[in-house]
Amino acid sequence: MKWTHAVAFTLLAVGLAACTKPKQVQPDTTTQAPADTGAQTSGVGVDAGPATGTTGMSAAQQQALAALQSRNIVYFEYDSSEIRGDYVSVVAAHAAYLTKYPTARVRLEGHTDERGSREYNIGLGERRAQTVRKALMLQGVSEGQITTVSYGEERPAAEGSDEAAYSKNRRVELVQGP
Amino acid sequence: MMSLRVHAHLHPAVRPFACALLFTCAWLFAAGAQAQLRLDITQGVRDAVPIAVVPFGGQTEGGSGDVAAVIAGDLQLSGRFKPLERRDLVTRPTRGADVRFEDWRLLKSDFLVIGRVAPEGSGLGVEFELFNVQTGQQLLTQRLVTNERGLRATAHRISDLIFERLTGIRGAFSTRIAYVSVDGRPPSQRYRLIVADADGFGPRTITESSLPIMSPAWSPDGQSLAYVSFEGRASAIYVQRLATGERRRVSARAGINGAPAWSPDGRKLALTLSRDGNLDLYVLDLATQGLTRLTTDSAIDTEPEWSPDGASIYFTSDRAGNAQVYRITPAAGQEPQRLTFTNGYNARPRMSPDGQSLALVTLDRGGYRIATFDLKTRNLRVLTDGQQDEAPSFAPNGAAIIYATRAGAKGTLAMASSDGRFRQRLSSDTGDVREPVWSPFPAAPR
Repeated sequence: MKWTHAVAFTLLAVGLAACTKPKQVQPDTTTQAPADTGAQTSGVGVDAGPATGTTGMSAAQQQALAALQSRNIVYFEYDSSEIRGDYVSVVAAHAAYLTKYPTARVRLEGHTDERGSREYNIGLGERRAQTVRKALMLQGVSEGQITTVSYGEERPAAEGSDEAAYSKNRRVELVQGP
Repeated sequence: MMSLRVHAHLHPAVRPFACALLFTCAWLFAAGAQAQLRLDITQGVRDAVPIAVVPFGGQTEGGSGDVAAVIAGDLQLSGRFKPLERRDLVTRPTRGADVRFEDWRLLKSDFLVIGRVAPEGSGLGVEFELFNVQTGQQLLTQRLVTNERGLRATAHRISDLIFERLTGIRGAFSTRIAYVSVDGRPPSQRYRLIVADADGFGPRTITESSLPIMSPAWSPDGQSLAYVSFEGRASAIYVQRLATGERRRVSARAGINGAPAWSPDGRKLALTLSRDGNLDLYVLDLATQGLTRLTTDSAIDTEPEWSPDGASIYFTSDRAGNAQVYRITPAAGQEPQRLTFTNGYNARPRMSPDGQSLALVTLDRGGYRIATFDLKTRNLRVLTDGQQDEAPSFAPNGAAIIYATRAGAKGTLAMASSDGRFRQRLSSDTGDVREPVWSPFPAAPR
């Protein structure tokens, strides 16, 4: 599959190579299909996880990236998609990195707690991811550097049906890499 | 593979009575290699009709093809009947001529089912008789031809016939359920889409992934499932044929691809797509891939559901500030009409087979619960009392609603009668089970 190799080559060239092994893609008659990069449904698929490849990065960029790894989650109040004051600096740090390294990419993963119906929570998670996206763009990050995905309540960070778990699950994860 | 377990729950109003009568029994069906169903009856239902189902002649008891055990399990699961325990069956007649009705009157059984299995050609003939114990009248008898592998399906067919004869409602025991199961702890979990018989027997994995699978929806012909999978690290909607496993990715547009719902004619999917994070409803023509936008509001519009005539679509929207149920009739060219005003949260409407009411999730006194909403009277009736009840789906005969609930920390399935009179729980031994959807009736009697 030529396009897959082309994508892989491009990513290597910019030093952000991740899991890009060629994969059988189902027939797709729609447009704008994202490339499959994650699990398969055959039963042996492994979550590729966030990209960690740093090949070709300058030492300074690697250092900057490492500093972001420990500050890559924005938490939210119940039923809210507003960025709380204590997380403004998290967003600002990622914005600074992305504007300094324009080839860098970030994936914003929106999540909710388990309460309420699942597809509606997909909408709430997306709303949170979009709030962070807009904040990044206001700070100079270009649109093309950002992708968003909402997992709703489907991928909790913490188990449990209490506020302690809920508050850890209402979040947007900023995943640097493709 | 997992097995499912059934518990009976009581409406609060009849609970004191049930506590007095509390009994527990368990049938262990030694099943095939695939799975086993364990039926734990922890509580009786006060107005359930007692019925005796005698082990059929020509069969060893306890196998997965134990016809009488399958029938008794079906009738129990319906909530309307209370099959006698096997150990209480003092005699085991297999023919009408051998029945002494006074025995069954003493056992306070209103009805009696007997039958026998015998070789017939290269297969098996299964004959059953249904009696009214008070009058001794034979209400129904029929002989069905099957084979060893078809015994459970034949037993479900007999349950359908008995249920319809005694209630006037078509039985839904020959149908299936699909659901999502999740194993493992976050963040490394395994998601499976599973199809099983309506009694939970014979679970079969349709697809699996390390990334979420959600929102399964049966095609109206019962041949395919549409569902959402995040396997490509973004949501996409797939349609998979069950017989062949063949699947097609029908929507993988940028952003969200969610909440697929089949049109009644099976030609279109209503679904949710996002542009710049704003969720709206669309209709996708499966043959032409043509896309029609239904809503344009800046709020979350999702969870579409078609009316039986295909003219209207019910959905969840928070355009008024919190999630409520709306209806849009595209041909009428009007703004969506808000339907629910009781409670601050009403979501995921599902249509009753007769088109008269919706099942939905409502926030009722601090808990997310299943309710029915009468489209004519606008009356909202809460059926359950959990904290996290969600994903209601009507049985194709409209008599019951299957939904997801919590048992301790675990997700599990449950059923409620549409009139709210009884509930029972179906739990799996492993993993979280969620998002049950009840199949349509099979196209032809099996």
